[in-house]
Amino acid sequence: MKKLLEKFAAPLLLVIAMVTGLIACSTSPTQTTSPRSPVSTTSPTSPSVISSLNGAGATFPNPLYTKWFDEYYKLTGIKINYQAIGSGGGIQQITAGTVDFGASDGIMTPEQQAKAEAAFGPILHIPTTSGAVAVIYNLSGIASGQLRLTGEILAQIYLKKITNWNDSRIKALNPNINLPDQPIAVVHRSDGSGTTYIFTNYLSKMSDEWKSQVGNATSVNWPGDIGAPGNAGVAGQVKQLPGSIGYVELAYARQNNLPWVTLQNSSGNFIEPSLSSTTKAAEGISLPDDMKIMITNSVNPEAYPICGFTWLLVYVNQSDQAKGKALVNMLWWAIHDGQKFTTPLDYAPLSNEAVKKAEAQILSIKYQGQPLINP
Amino acid sequence: MEWRDPLHILRSEKEVHILRSDKTCKPTDLRENQIRSANTMSFSGRLGDRIFPRLTLIFAALLLAILAGIIVILFLDAMPAIKQFGLSFFGSTDWDPVNERFGALPAIYGTLLSSFIGLIIAIPLSIGAAIFLSELAPAWIRSPASFLVELLAAIPSVIIGLWGLFILVPFIRNPVESWLGDKLGFLSLFQGPPFGVGFLAAGIILAIMITPIITAVSRDAMKAVPDTQREAMYALGATRWEMISRAVLPYCRSGLIGAVILGLARALGETMAVTMVIGNSYKLTASLFSPGTTIASKIASEFSEASGEIFIGSLVELALVLFVITLLVNIVARLLVWRLTTVKVEGI
Repeated sequence: MKKLLEKFAAPLLLVIAMVTGLIACSTSPTQTTSPRSPVSTTSPTSPSVISSLNGAGATFPNPLYTKWFDEYYKLTGIKINYQAIGSGGGIQQITAGTVDFGASDGIMTPEQQAKAEAAFGPILHIPTTSGAVAVIYNLSGIASGQLRLTGEILAQIYLKKITNWNDSRIKALNPNINLPDQPIAVVHRSDGSGTTYIFTNYLSKMSDEWKSQVGNATSVNWPGDIGAPGNAGVAGQVKQLPGSIGYVELAYARQNNLPWVTLQNSSGNFIEPSLSSTTKAAEGISLPDDMKIMITNSVNPEAYPICGFTWLLVYVNQSDQAKGKALVNMLWWAIHDGQKFTTPLDYAPLSNEAVKKAEAQILSIKYQGQPLINP
Repeated sequence: MEWRDPLHILRSEKEVHILRSDKTCKPTDLRENQIRSANTMSFSGRLGDRIFPRLTLIFAALLLAILAGIIVILFLDAMPAIKQFGLSFFGSTDWDPVNERFGALPAIYGTLLSSFIGLIIAIPLSIGAAIFLSELAPAWIRSPASFLVELLAAIPSVIIGLWGLFILVPFIRNPVESWLGDKLGFLSLFQGPPFGVGFLAAGIILAIMITPIITAVSRDAMKAVPDTQREAMYALGATRWEMISRAVLPYCRSGLIGAVILGLARALGETMAVTMVIGNSYKLTASLFSPGTTIASKIASEFSEASGEIFIGSLVELALVLFVITLLVNIVARLLVWRLTTVKVEGI
């Protein structure tokens, strides 16, 4: 018996040690010491030269951010590592303090905001560009932009209350189109996404029924038929399924020549999705100072109704002077010079009003109470 | 120390052979020889003997530790959801991140149903192919065909998923589903609009993915049947069909069950290919045409953007459920194999 104990004692101890180790590792990430804790002040007198910044978050602006950070590296020699892990991941990372900035297509919820502010103080939503969500369809013989819908009818379609293309309400909007007697197959994103957030935000604004039954989030309880992964998945489904309707990012619809719906905006005008009608959504409207606004169903009469900003999430109080300075310079560049890279990549540039608000936000970023950049 | 066969400690079979075949080597010489060689390697040999078993024991323990770690962490992370929903998690059909109400039933149902469809299609196909490859095929077909079957098993699932979405799904929509809907539409199994994507497409994709694995393992099991069994059957005047059905299949049935269970385990956990063709709708319907979801595809789709303790906890609890399902499948398989091997093989 003693021999047996001796034989197994060492490995057994090892197992126990490893299991406890694993458990210890699994405790919440906020408890681990973070590299950018505001308490630790590193040499306030001489800011060392910083060579890299880390960011993580939204996938929607990833092509633009990749281009930006590449251009910015050529200009300044500062390398910015961006991981497109999704908006939810970006919010988690910035809350845990493992990155210098987060990125999100959606506004942080009050709970998320409270959690982040409890850790590192106030956090900013700085807009970088805006995008639109195009509603695409598969109806033979009906060209892109010909089909007209209103937000209310779109909500009814996605609620499965309108189930056939020859429904009288759709016919009334499209007297010149020969709509087929064909069931509508509703396609949505199966993965959580900022695109879904903007789309469901719009539907919630347009339909009380949608708001109470389904609501607004990156992933919702869909009444509709088919879920497909990613823009490519939704587009693939809609392309091959006659009578289907779906939604994808405008950039994706443009690059793949998908036929899109012309939507009625809040002024009653029917608007096709485009970069200019997306930028218009943030023009001539009152924007809040914190820029936490969903610009869906904009009051601008020329605006396309399903648009949204995408934001970088940055703490007001920077714990490292050199890093803070590099970050602020990069942000300033992005909302000014960086905007010229938006249109070629099918993103909509910020409106002048949005740039003004973003400037004020960037100027408010501080290191030990001192601003990091002068206007 | 107990007595060991003297030849045992010699370095290699070859050496034994030389010693034995050496005509001048008398038994006494042999003994002297082996004592000498045993002395020269005794120290390192004993040390190795001491270390090696412990080393392997540590490796084995490591595997168990990883298993324990997975279970513990799944439990801890799922706790918020377990506390919130309790047993109702398994009966609820909700998946509503906005109001934080979650249930697992449609995902469990979808996982089991799609795997079941996959097995129904794959079992006859792969057992048939295995019989052909091991018993009937001419020699020049056997090895290339077996190689190709194994190659099929190595295709990454995302590629099969893409093929499924662009080739299989349109084919299932029309003609398969429209035909089934026309002729058998009175059954609730074949009702609803033919979207193409759905349980049927997922089941067929799974069948394609698990057929190679079941075929390869069953073929190996059949090849392991001793030829004496076959010869005995032939000697009794059996036909080839009788030989296969009465001698080969009963003899290797535990191997066949093992093959099917391996396939089932892959089907239950398959993620990418299924996500692409199942339609990802969180519904509980009897129709095979209906879009549905599986546990693995639900987790993969929503985990990256999930926020909030309850939402993430629910996804982790789904993972725990999948873990338990696979565990149960394996236990049942073990019991089945055990029962079958203890039951006497039927006489002729």
